[in-house]
Amino acid sequence: MADAKAVPRITASSRWARQTRHGDVFFWLLTLFFALVIIGLVVVVGVVTYNGSAEARAAYGWSFLWGTDWNPIETELYPVSFGAWPAIRGTLLSSLIALILAAPTGVAIGIFLSELCPLRLRQPLGFMVELLAAIPSVIYGLWGVAVFANWFNNWVANPIANTAGQFVPWLSGPIAVSRGLAITGTILAIMILPTVSAITRDVLQAVPNHQREAMFSLGATRWEVIWGAVVPYARAGIVGGIMLGLGRALGETMAATMLVGNSTRIEQSIFMPATTAAALIASELPNSVSLIHESSLIALALALFGITLLLNVIARYLVWQTARGPAGEKV
Amino acid sequence: MVRTTIVRVFAMALAVVTLLTLVSGPAQAQSWAPRQVQATLKGSGATFPAPLYAAWIDTYKKVVPGVSISYQPVGSGQGIRDFIAYLTDFGGTDAAIAAQRVQTEAPDALHIPMVIGAVVPTYNVPGITELRFNPEILAGIYLGAIRNWNDPRIAAANPNVRLPNLPITVVYRSDSSGTTSIWTDYLSKISTDWRSRVGSGTTVRWPVGVGAPGNAGVASTVKNTRGAIGYVEQVFATANRLPLPPVQNASGNFVAASLEATSAAADGVPIPANLVASITNSPNPNAYPIAGFTYILVRQNTYKDVPKAQALTDFLYWSLTEGTGAATRLGYAPLPASLRVRAIQSLQSITVNGQRVFDGPAR
Repeated sequence: MADAKAVPRITASSRWARQTRHGDVFFWLLTLFFALVIIGLVVVVGVVTYNGSAEARAAYGWSFLWGTDWNPIETELYPVSFGAWPAIRGTLLSSLIALILAAPTGVAIGIFLSELCPLRLRQPLGFMVELLAAIPSVIYGLWGVAVFANWFNNWVANPIANTAGQFVPWLSGPIAVSRGLAITGTILAIMILPTVSAITRDVLQAVPNHQREAMFSLGATRWEVIWGAVVPYARAGIVGGIMLGLGRALGETMAATMLVGNSTRIEQSIFMPATTAAALIASELPNSVSLIHESSLIALALALFGITLLLNVIARYLVWQTARGPAGEKV
Repeated sequence: MVRTTIVRVFAMALAVVTLLTLVSGPAQAQSWAPRQVQATLKGSGATFPAPLYAAWIDTYKKVVPGVSISYQPVGSGQGIRDFIAYLTDFGGTDAAIAAQRVQTEAPDALHIPMVIGAVVPTYNVPGITELRFNPEILAGIYLGAIRNWNDPRIAAANPNVRLPNLPITVVYRSDSSGTTSIWTDYLSKISTDWRSRVGSGTTVRWPVGVGAPGNAGVASTVKNTRGAIGYVEQVFATANRLPLPPVQNASGNFVAASLEATSAAADGVPIPANLVASITNSPNPNAYPIAGFTYILVRQNTYKDVPKAQALTDFLYWSLTEGTGAATRLGYAPLPASLRVRAIQSLQSITVNGQRVFDGPAR
C-alpha cells in the first residue's frame, strides 16, 4: 500500500519536473538557435566573399596571394594587375608590431591590476583601462595624425633610422612624414592594449586563492608566486585575450587607413608608407574602376578572412597544447 | 490650409514677378517657373558636389513643396552602379560612365554637367606662399623625378623665390575619387611619361608619396608636413588656408584657381553631343588648367512616371539657372552660358512614353 501510494506522488513530481523541463528544452533550443546564427553568419560571409571573388580567382588563382603588383589602371607600359601581397604583408607586419608592443605590456598591466595593485588604485586604474577600449578607432586615427605622428617622427622614427637604420635596411630612412607600418602598429598596440590587459586581469582574478597560498606557504617570493602558480594557471585565458586583441588589429580599418600611408609599393623599411588589407578594401571598393578590380578587392577580403581563421586555429592549438600539462611549474 | 496659403502667396508673388518682367520687357525667359507637381526623387553618387546638391535640394523644397529629393553621397562609382541598376532616379558622378559601358548597360543615360570643380596642387614650404607651377614641375614631382624643393626646374619657374633645401613629400588621395580622376587626367595630358607609366583614373598606382583619405585628409597631411605637396578640391585649400598656386596653362599663362578661371576651362573647348568631355589643360588662354565637370545622370526615355520626370527636369533646370548663385557662394564654378544652353537642350530631349516632359526656355 505504501508503495502504491508512493507511485502517484513520484509521478506527480516527475510530471512537474517534466513541465519545467519543457522550459529547459525551449531555452536549449533558443540558445542553440543563436549559436547556429553565429555559424550561419560565418558561412554567409565566406560564401559571399567566395562568390564575389570568382573573377579574381579565375584570373589569378592562388598566385593572387603572392602577386606584388597592384595596378588598377591599364597604361601603355603596364597592364592591369592585382596581387594581394603588399596588403597581406602590411596587415601581418602592422599586427605583428602591435602584438609585440601590446602583449607584454597588456599582460603586465593585467598582472599589476590583479596581483600587485593597492586596493585604492585598483578601481580607478581598471576604469581607465576599460575607458581606452571604448574610444572609437577614428579618434585614435585622428589623434595619431594630428598629435602622435609628429612626436613619433621626431623622437622615434628618425632617431632609429639615423642610428640602427644605417645598418638594418628595414629600419632605414629618410623619413619625412610618419606614415607607415611602424606608426600604424604602435597605434594598433594602444588600441588592443585594453583588450589584452582587461582579459588578463579578469582571468588572473579567477585563479583560486589556494594556488597563491600554497606557493606562499612554501616560502616563495611574490615574483615566484605570480610566475610559478598564478600566470601558468591562467595562461589559456591570457592567450585568448591576446588573440582577441590580434583579431582587432588585423581588421582595424579607420585608424590604419589614416596612418599607414596607403601605398601598394613594397618598401623595405617599416617607416615607409605601406597598406593593409582592410585599408585597401575600404579605400578602393566604393569607387572601383572595373569588375576585376572589385572582384580582386573582395578576394582580398576573402584572404583576410582566411588569415583571421588560420591565426585563430593556431591560437586554439597553442592554448590546447599548453593547457594539457598540469597547471603550475616546478620551482 | 497652410500649404494652400503658401501656394496662393507664391502664385501671387509669381504673378507680380511676371507682370514686372512683362513691363520691364527684355527678359521674357524669367516667366518660367517650376511646375507644382507631387513627386519623390532619389539620387546617389559623387561626394564632391554633395554640399551644393544639399543646398539646392533644401531651397527647391521651398520653391516646390510637393517635390521631395534625396541625394546620398556614396561616391561616383557607387552612384553609377545604383543608377544603372535602377535603384535611383538620378545619379551623380565626377567621371563620366565609360563609353562602352554606356552602350551595354545604360544606353539611354544622359550626362548633364552641373558645375565645374578645380583641383589645386597645394603645398607646405615654410615661409613660402608665392610658388608658381608649370606642367613639367608637377609631373616631375608626382613621378618622383623632382625630389627636393631647391630643384633647378622649380627655381627656373620661380626666379624671385629663395627655395629651401627640403625634401618633397608627395601626398595623394588614398580613396578612389573624382578629384584623383581630374588630377591624373591632367598629368596624363601634359606628360607622356605619366600617361605611359601611370595613366588616369579614380585610383592609380602612384610612383611616390603617401596616401591620405579624403580631401580633408590630404589637406591636413599637407598642413602638418614640412615640404609636402598635395592636390585637393579648391574649396578645401581655401578652407585650410593653404596656398592656391598659379599653374601654367596650355597657352603659357600662369593662372590661379578662381571661379571665373575655372568656368573658362569649359569655354571655347569643343564638347561633343553627349556633353562628356575632359576640360583639363584647356586651350582657353584665361582658363585654370586643372578642372573637371561633375555630372548628373538622367534617363532619356525610360522614366515611366510623368510627374517624376517633370519634377526632375524642373529641378535640374532650376539648379542650372537660378541655382548658380548658391553654387558660386559655396565655391563651385558655374557652367559657361554656351554650355548651359546645351545642357538644357539635353533636358528637353527627355521623354516619357514618347512625350516630351520639359520645354523650359534654353537660356
